[in-house]
Amino acid sequence: MEPQVRTLVDISGSRAALSGRADMILERALWAAEVFRRYDRDATMAIVDAVAATAHEHAGRYADWAVEETGFGVAAHKKIKNELTAHPLVDFYRDQDYVNSRIDESSKIVEIPRPAGVIMALTPSTNPIATINYKILISLMTRNAMVISPHPAACECSVDAAHKLAESAIAAGAPDGVIQIIEDPTIPLVEELMGSPKTSVTLATGGSAMVRSAYSSSNPAIGVGPGNAPVFVDSTADIDKAAQRIVESKSFDNSALCTNESVIITLTDVDSRLRHSFKQAKAYVCTEDDVDRLRRYLFHNRGFNIECIGRDAHWVAQECGIRVPDGTLVLLAPITQIGVEEPLSKEKLCPVLAYHVVKGRGQAIAQARAVLRIAGAGHSAAVHAMDEKVAIDYASAVEAYRVVVNAPCTQGAAGFQTGLPPTFTIGTGFFGRSSIGENIGPQHLLHWTKMAYNSDASEAFGNYYGLDAGFAGPLPEAPSDGVPGSNGYVGRSHSTSAEANDASSVTRDELRRMIAEELRAVLKH
Amino acid sequence: MSEAKLEFLDRSRAFWNPGKTQDWQDMGVDLVIDRREGYYLYDMDGQRLIDLHLNGGTYNLGHRNPELVEALKAGSERFDMGNHHFPALARTALAEALAACAPSPDMTYTAYGSGGGEAIDIAIKTARHATGKRKIVSIVKAYHGHTGLALKTGDDRFSKLFLSEDTVGEFVQVPFNDLNAMEDALRGRDVAAVIMETIPATYGFPMPHEGYLPSVKSLCERYDALYIADEVQTGLMRCGEMWACSKYGIEPDIMVTGKGIGGGMYPIACVLIAERCGGWLKEDGFGHISTGGGAELGCIVAMKTLEIVQRPEVRTMVRYISDFMRVGLENIMAEYPDFFIGIRQHGVVMGLEFNHEQGAKPVMKNLYNNGVWAIFSTLDPRVLQFKPGLLMTQADCEEVLRRVEIGIGLARDEVMGAQVYRRSA
Repeated sequence: MEPQVRTLVDISGSRAALSGRADMILERALWAAEVFRRYDRDATMAIVDAVAATAHEHAGRYADWAVEETGFGVAAHKKIKNELTAHPLVDFYRDQDYVNSRIDESSKIVEIPRPAGVIMALTPSTNPIATINYKILISLMTRNAMVISPHPAACECSVDAAHKLAESAIAAGAPDGVIQIIEDPTIPLVEELMGSPKTSVTLATGGSAMVRSAYSSSNPAIGVGPGNAPVFVDSTADIDKAAQRIVESKSFDNSALCTNESVIITLTDVDSRLRHSFKQAKAYVCTEDDVDRLRRYLFHNRGFNIECIGRDAHWVAQECGIRVPDGTLVLLAPITQIGVEEPLSKEKLCPVLAYHVVKGRGQAIAQARAVLRIAGAGHSAAVHAMDEKVAIDYASAVEAYRVVVNAPCTQGAAGFQTGLPPTFTIGTGFFGRSSIGENIGPQHLLHWTKMAYNSDASEAFGNYYGLDAGFAGPLPEAPSDGVPGSNGYVGRSHSTSAEANDASSVTRDELRRMIAEELRAVLKH
Repeated sequence: MSEAKLEFLDRSRAFWNPGKTQDWQDMGVDLVIDRREGYYLYDMDGQRLIDLHLNGGTYNLGHRNPELVEALKAGSERFDMGNHHFPALARTALAEALAACAPSPDMTYTAYGSGGGEAIDIAIKTARHATGKRKIVSIVKAYHGHTGLALKTGDDRFSKLFLSEDTVGEFVQVPFNDLNAMEDALRGRDVAAVIMETIPATYGFPMPHEGYLPSVKSLCERYDALYIADEVQTGLMRCGEMWACSKYGIEPDIMVTGKGIGGGMYPIACVLIAERCGGWLKEDGFGHISTGGGAELGCIVAMKTLEIVQRPEVRTMVRYISDFMRVGLENIMAEYPDFFIGIRQHGVVMGLEFNHEQGAKPVMKNLYNNGVWAIFSTLDPRVLQFKPGLLMTQADCEEVLRRVEIGIGLARDEVMGAQVYRRSA
């Protein structure tokens, strides 16, 4: 009979078990971070490149898996996102150096990069793999250890992908435990992890509740709020191009990215041309009855209908009983009001685009601000206009930290068709009750120790060129004395004693005895 | 020292153990452990010590590990010690958990003692029953405990005192790492078992020479003796694997685990027995009776201990702790090469060797004064037992090294004179 391991007394739900488990995961990560910070830039980038290659190689497989597991989005689009968050992401930051010191002679300051340590990462169900790729890579670039808590709805593909990337990191020389993922994320465990003194910072991408919880954890957090991008199409815009870009953007991955356009705002005299262009671009313009059906379906009595997230336009139309032409990519829903009275002015996360006509530019800005008051503060907005004054008036009025101009908002705000840094974590800044208003990148995962010289001209600045911060690399493996095949300790990776290395015929013990004798002789005098 | 502690030590001398109480005072260690938590001990006068003694791995997982405390509390809602005569849920469950991680697939049975000594006695009795022979071979300076049979395998310091040494030649001792002596002892084919601590702890962790342990096992096979692995101090991941003997390629016939298996929360010791050696369990299952052995609450704690030590995080941490400590100790050794002359290491089992026949005692005292508690090896006081816990944090490891560097420097000056020679500044 085979032995079975059973649990007679189950304490798994207890506070002790929870914190014991969290503590062990984080301590392992702390050890990894402690060793990782000894790596030089070449060793670090070799790991980053190896992981990026693995992420690229498996982009398609995990895109399919994510769609299958979550039901969200379009596999082909997810593959693109998974690929963008591999090599292109790394290449974007390739010229940045987060490992070596920076020397500023004019201000007589040397800056030494100091990794955060252990980063707790929450990843969403809408973009599970792209977010994992992105977070792991920016964490590795900065020599941090990461613990990932995946969204339960995307748990299986996330766990598999993170393990795959971790294996590749270890194979490339990263310290064991540098990437960990929680296989059974529960709210109490995640809260325990976020609140532990061993967590340096939580990088929270996900629902508002989780993000606010990260901020309440008592630890530093970089959280992102929801999006709800208002898009102003001005009379000076290239209307056809604007419509095409918006449809392309809105249908990308079925709006599963939080940077997707939510409400189109345009002017009375643009209205008919824009509707026409939208139809050309394969958007279906809903009737009043269609809009009623959409509203009832997306925002039922119990709140937002999460069933629709990342579904395509046909699927949504069918659920609502709306007949749409074949090839329809987006459902355009004209609405007459913006605000609490109109649920369609909220974030929708599916290819349903609210459409609102205003009398003038001033009203357009007021309505765009209103859209962001409902949700999405600090997140993204877009404007289509050739007149710079229109664009800057809009951008300086709306409470968003990225305003995409004449480009698809979904990709543009996330840095994929604009010059913004590519990201899967959009900092929503002070407007969005977050600490950072930029697209989150590796620069947010470390701080710099600044050596500051006396500014008095009589005190010369030192020469720090060629001095590194002491990159000792991985820890040499401790011996298992006497185990067959273990050849004793070859350690002392740094400050290696020359004698021990050169005198290969003399054992260390003999050497020590010789040194000891020599010293005793010296000390007698 | 506080008035309260002085008075307490008097009481300890009067009512508990005058010799032991006084010996510590003489060695400069006036420790009276009061509070304890994780790897910290607090003296009754408030001094904090980082515990690197861990009572031979008893506190592997830290003092009062919260998960073990919880398991014990929750266990006591349903179990007590249990009735040792009857089939018992917890005893069988632990036996199965042990069989599932045993160093040899044919180790099906577990017999229980209330402590390591009793378990050693059970192991020896089992070997004698299985082989029909009486002789037991152990190594010189072996230490397996203080009960009737275990005592006879060890150094006569502890047996002669009580007129309890072997007088009929049933217990033979041979030098460690000496295969010829071992073969001589076994050649007569009258030996029931060789009992071997995988790394002799109380003897200061001398490391087995490469090939020594597997050769001993082969000799046992050649001369029809059983191999009893004493894994009380080396087991439970301390050497980076569940059982150290596995690292040396040994599949023992009988194995003893104790100390750490009870997590420092409930004393228990276990004897794992290969099916073919467990004949007495069938012939007369009442052959060894122990009311406290395998107490069910102890079994509950032990199962939790086994679950914790087998987590993947623990494996990683043991490696980090071993590697990190080694680098740090090598640096300290380079600083005091005339005094600190060797490191014996397998995982977090370490012995620090000093260039003086009692060298580990002043080191122990100076570490104590610097907030670290590590004990010298009773049977080789040149060596300090240096035994970080499996879950020691990076911060605490760094803290230990900082204090050890200072403590060893002070001890060196005490032993070798104050002229400090520092090779690497």
